[in-house]
Amino acid sequence: MATIADYAGIPIAWCPGCGNFGILNSVKRALVELGMEPHQILLVSGIGQAGKLPHYTKGNVFNSLHGRPLSPAIGAKIANPELKVIAISGDGDAYGEGGNHFLHTMRRNHDITYLVHDNQVYALTKGQASPTSDAGFVTKTTPYGAAPPVNPIALAIVSGATLVSRGYAGDIEHLAGLIKTSISHKGFSLLDILQPCVSFNHKNTYNWYRERVYKLENEAGYDPTNKALALAKAEEWGERIPTGVIYRQDRLTYDEQIPALKMGPLVKQKIDPGLAAKLLDELL
Amino acid sequence: MNSHLNVMVGGEAGQGVQSVGFILAKAFARGGYHIFADQDYESRIRGGHNFYRVRVADSKIAAIAEAVDVLVALNKETIELHQKEVAAKGVIVFDNEKITDVAGIPSAFGVPLERLAVEQAGDKVMTNTVALGAALGLVRYDFAVSEQVLREYFKGGDISANNIKAARAGCKYVQENYHGDFDRFLSPISQVKRMLLNGNDAISLGAIAAGCKFVAAYPMTPTTSIMEYMAAKADEFGLAMVQAEDEISAINMAIGAGYAGVRAMTATSGSGFCLMTEGLGLAGITETPVVIVEGQRPGPAVGLPTRTEQGDLQFVLYAHQGDFPRAVLAPGTFEDCFWLTVKAFNLAEKYQLPVLVMTDHHLASSYGTIEKFDISKVAIERGLLVSDKEANDSAYKRHLITESGISPRAFPGQGKALVVTDADEHDEAGHLIEDADTRTRMMDKRLRKLTGLSKEISPPELYGSAETDTLLIGWGSTRGAIREATDILCQEGSSVSSLYLSELWPFPSGNIAGLLDKAKRSFVIESNATGQMSRLIRTETGKKTGTILKYDGRPFTPNEIVQAIKKEGR
Repeated sequence: MATIADYAGIPIAWCPGCGNFGILNSVKRALVELGMEPHQILLVSGIGQAGKLPHYTKGNVFNSLHGRPLSPAIGAKIANPELKVIAISGDGDAYGEGGNHFLHTMRRNHDITYLVHDNQVYALTKGQASPTSDAGFVTKTTPYGAAPPVNPIALAIVSGATLVSRGYAGDIEHLAGLIKTSISHKGFSLLDILQPCVSFNHKNTYNWYRERVYKLENEAGYDPTNKALALAKAEEWGERIPTGVIYRQDRLTYDEQIPALKMGPLVKQKIDPGLAAKLLDELL
Repeated sequence: MNSHLNVMVGGEAGQGVQSVGFILAKAFARGGYHIFADQDYESRIRGGHNFYRVRVADSKIAAIAEAVDVLVALNKETIELHQKEVAAKGVIVFDNEKITDVAGIPSAFGVPLERLAVEQAGDKVMTNTVALGAALGLVRYDFAVSEQVLREYFKGGDISANNIKAARAGCKYVQENYHGDFDRFLSPISQVKRMLLNGNDAISLGAIAAGCKFVAAYPMTPTTSIMEYMAAKADEFGLAMVQAEDEISAINMAIGAGYAGVRAMTATSGSGFCLMTEGLGLAGITETPVVIVEGQRPGPAVGLPTRTEQGDLQFVLYAHQGDFPRAVLAPGTFEDCFWLTVKAFNLAEKYQLPVLVMTDHHLASSYGTIEKFDISKVAIERGLLVSDKEANDSAYKRHLITESGISPRAFPGQGKALVVTDADEHDEAGHLIEDADTRTRMMDKRLRKLTGLSKEISPPELYGSAETDTLLIGWGSTRGAIREATDILCQEGSSVSSLYLSELWPFPSGNIAGLLDKAKRSFVIESNATGQMSRLIRTETGKKTGTILKYDGRPFTPNEIVQAIKKEGR
């Protein structure tokens, strides 16, 4: 059985106090508690501080381009469905540069867990507004305030994601549980993680979140399979911010609908050029 | 080379031009003839003007010809646009009950196409099939051969039966009523069976034979039919074809699949490849094998979407920022389309890099007859793969620095070894780095792969003597037209040979400079406006060549090249 120590990675280059540490620790804890070994998982990340997470733990790693982690994750998952594929993004990566991939990956329901470190700011480029910055957020590139944010939770619910959750980097125990739930889910799961940025976001701080976040599982009568209720919770952002599993549905995954995979992972299938001979006869 | 017949079928999109053209081509191919057929169509679903040309010969042909022996005109516009191309004893077949004002065109022969379709087959939708039958009647071709092709094309049942009736009606009408001096009669010459296929078919077959297991692409002319072919064969051949949301995703999916250990490809055209350039560099720095088919069409931007050009050469050679090795192959024949696709997959895995297969609309969508590929000659070379035992080594480094630049490749999940790679510059273990020394060593390692890769590239192919006055140079789809032009010029007494490049990068050093020195003059014949291959040759060899350029979106004909060379004088 792998331990937390087995999931140690290379030295970390994040700012002290960064919300990413809470996410990293939650990821390690979830993987250990799920009994997974590093070689069984594939971590595919994009670019941004979140994109470095795979290097700071252990696993197979494909650290891809800005905005693109879902696409190589999809290719790898189809090639070898035995891999547990976890894609890791930030808010700029997932909802800005990678917006189109985000929509269509949910629609197709690829069996991938998507962890989005959402700090509502571009931190790696030192403090510009992101797609999830609160409306009016003033930065050097948005001197008149940012436009209203995208709502990733609502987008995910209406776009066909089969598990939609929100976590908070300041609550490792709760977050680790959500990561476990997401990884165990068959189909596409979005876990948007509220992540304080101590260097560039002085609005959405640890204190700001602590005063607002609450856990949906403690809400009597909340049913995450009820789409209307889920959409109402997706709209809730202000005095109270819901965390936990917001929406869940059952639907066939993309992989389950690929006949070729019924013969086993593509990567394990032998190459035999001779099989193509019959195709030549079709053209005579 | 003996051209027996040249048929052109013209009409609006939606009138069945393509079906008639293809069935004619197939029927003549079944009779042992060699075929070259191309299509000219507009970027629309209905209306406009489309035509399909079928050239029939008793020896191998690889280009279109100009003089039309039979013009099947499904509308009046076809007559107006193409009557000047009709040969001396040629015939225009048209519907004389629909088009009544063609007096004064001696070659026009009217057949009540639509009426016969309604009377004999029960639906005017088969007007085109009546016209097909009329063309067959005119050339007195064995109807039984065509009947079999029709049955296969329409997949049996009532639709087949009715189309056969329609064709028979057209054929009979011509036999009973045509008394002109048309004399291009054909009858089957042999039982030899050849494949009739287009460039995209040959590429798809090459990919399947090479063991491609993953295709991700976004539909775009002229490579869409590769997606369609692969999708149609996916279940049977154990491969996955994903229609991606865009070309950015398509190439990144293919790279993900390549990283995970399967042979993966994507296919697109120029502006789709613009979106893929970011991913191209990702394959470069992560050393991930991926095959990209780039079917050119005239640019820039949307350009002429359904026409042909060779205007992406310089772009494909240099696309992406930074330095990394790549290979660029450019088939010029249907055979090349197959074999160079197989080679592309081998090079991609042996050297762990992106390989481009460049075609263009003309090659991708033209049909020709060729002998069956000898599948037993397909060799699968997967390069330096680690064994399942070695894949348990916890010290495994995906980007191990080696003399050849090639690192042993493990797949994620193959064993306990972790396969780590990064779009950032990284160390041997695949983790991101910032230091100057590692950066330099990793860049050098990747570029060292070019040494081995260069040795894999075949030299250009010389057609004719190395001691000639005039050397014609080409690449890609112009090969057939250039060869035929070379033959014509030689037959007319000129001293001409031709040099043809099908493996473009790393640039084949070979004999190009020597041949250019020996020839009194040389011309690169290419379908673009600025002489991109001519420029590449000059960059790589220091030798200047003349150019014969065409960039109207239409393919070169042999005769056009002959005339252009004559115009250059001696």
